[in-house]
Amino acid sequence: MRVFEWKLAVYRRVWKANVLTSLLQPLLYLLAMGLGVGALVNKNGGSARLLGGVPYIAFVAPGLLATTAMMVGAIESLWPVHDAMKWGRQYEAMSATPLEPADIVLAHVLWLMFRTGTAAAAVAAAMALFPDVRSWGLVAAIPAAMLSGVALGMPLSAWAVSREREMSFPLIQRFIIVPLFLFGGAFFPLSQLPIGIRIIGYISPLWHGVEMCRSWVSGTHMTALAAVGHVTYLTVFVVVGSVYMRRLAKDRLFA
Amino acid sequence: MSIGRDYGGSLTQTAEFGQLLCWVSSCGMTVGDQASASAGAPVAPLIHASGLRKQFGDFVAVDGIDFDVQPGEAFGFLGPNGAGKSSTMRMIGCTSPTSGGTLQLFGLDPATDGPAIRRRLGVVPQMDSLDNELTVEENLVIYGRYFDLSRAEARRRAKELLDFVQLTDRATSRVEPLSGGMKRRVTIARSLINQPDLLLLDEPTTGLDPQARHILWDRLYRLKQQGVTLVLTTHYMDEAEQLCDRLVVMDAGKIVAQGSPRQLIDEHATREVLELRFRAGSNEENVQYASGVGDRHEVLPDRILVYAHNGDEALAKAIANGAQPESALVRRSTLEDVFLRLTGRTLVE
Repeated sequence: MRVFEWKLAVYRRVWKANVLTSLLQPLLYLLAMGLGVGALVNKNGGSARLLGGVPYIAFVAPGLLATTAMMVGAIESLWPVHDAMKWGRQYEAMSATPLEPADIVLAHVLWLMFRTGTAAAAVAAAMALFPDVRSWGLVAAIPAAMLSGVALGMPLSAWAVSREREMSFPLIQRFIIVPLFLFGGAFFPLSQLPIGIRIIGYISPLWHGVEMCRSWVSGTHMTALAAVGHVTYLTVFVVVGSVYMRRLAKDRLFA
Repeated sequence: MSIGRDYGGSLTQTAEFGQLLCWVSSCGMTVGDQASASAGAPVAPLIHASGLRKQFGDFVAVDGIDFDVQPGEAFGFLGPNGAGKSSTMRMIGCTSPTSGGTLQLFGLDPATDGPAIRRRLGVVPQMDSLDNELTVEENLVIYGRYFDLSRAEARRRAKELLDFVQLTDRATSRVEPLSGGMKRRVTIARSLINQPDLLLLDEPTTGLDPQARHILWDRLYRLKQQGVTLVLTTHYMDEAEQLCDRLVVMDAGKIVAQGSPRQLIDEHATREVLELRFRAGSNEENVQYASGVGDRHEVLPDRILVYAHNGDEALAKAIANGAQPESALVRRSTLEDVFLRLTGRTLVE
């Protein structure tokens, strides 16, 4: 909790600009994708069936909730974690206090929840402006999006905390995050893809978040078993990532 | 000559700071403890190490060292880079597990009581680890929070400590633009936020300009006068002479000598040293003039050192022998000479 305060104190310096972009970006995005691309998609007779009987904006907007959380979770986990470990040495400073690596990891989980949660809330606020996607399900979708963001963030944090250099980070962005983003089922149904690529979607934490967001927002039915399955899958990512981050941070800070 | 212990001026001011700093040492010890420690009565040492080892893979960084640090003492580890000083400090700071031997702080074992020990330590790391994005005051307050201080208490202490390190006017400025010396003072203030019983400083003035070093030494000297126990590493012999009551000289992971700066100089060096500089590259042909004029001599790449009780007499003899040095300097022996004697190498290479 104390470490979380540190992140908040740093964030306080940039939050205004951050809130503005967090709101503006999804708005522009929804206009472009929902209305612009949506107009083309909706003209195709077969697409409504594929999209589950809803206009394109109603399909893509819940996906945006999850992709935003995922991107924020990833960005907050690579460079900032590496910086605190290596360049800024804040983690090293903490290791000289009664704090232990578990405290650092716990604070990072909280931090990711805060950042992904607020970013998803901003998307939800923007979505509320569009009648096609305005629903109370948005409120429930925020934690679902948050969970998928943290689920990707924690394994990346474990990686970032153990790296001597950040050379691998742009590669991770290009070859891991971007494919997960594109093929996570946010922009089109996974059923459109050949099975080989579809698998990327199923293993991606994003898809599990997207499925939940879409279900809550549109009010379509999702079995309790499926919901529990998605949540469990994502929670495993968070837990495994946290355990590794703690171990790797301990190996470096207490060598 | 040594730079000297000219703290007369600061002594008179100390009364003002005395009150401020009482609390820094209050939990550490009483005046009675200090007196009995110096009288040699059995007082539990703050740090006890015997046969202490640190190994990274095949590399032995610390090779079985023994030392005790008593409450109220300023204790130093002197040695060149790579001697094992920082590894020793990290073990004392409970951020590095020992590879062998015994280490106890406050009678506790770092392996099992790390967080409890760290709660009572102040640490000034070799590399600054301040948060550049935050203000000076925020850095202190947030660090205080890591020690479970209330926000109000952390703020109160931060204010006092910034006063102590003479940075009150910088409290609300960001850390980033501060000079190296100022950042170091912020780090020292930060290390005192939990009122530590023991302050660990790893090369506190490395990389600072002479003026910044003197300001820092002055602050550390005040802490010492208030009875705060200091443990520091350094590869500067003048720093060790200024600050340390007692020190150990380390080389290649071992302790090669220990004692007070004065004792070490008396034991391992002569009273004075004559430094002779000859034309570059001609030391070998000129060494004949230096031999025999003092107790012994050392040939360094840039000069020849002659150890003698009386340096002027040695110089007169060398000149009588026919020496024609480009320059000659007579000075008192320092810890640098002790180190050279013990290891055959200079401290700062």
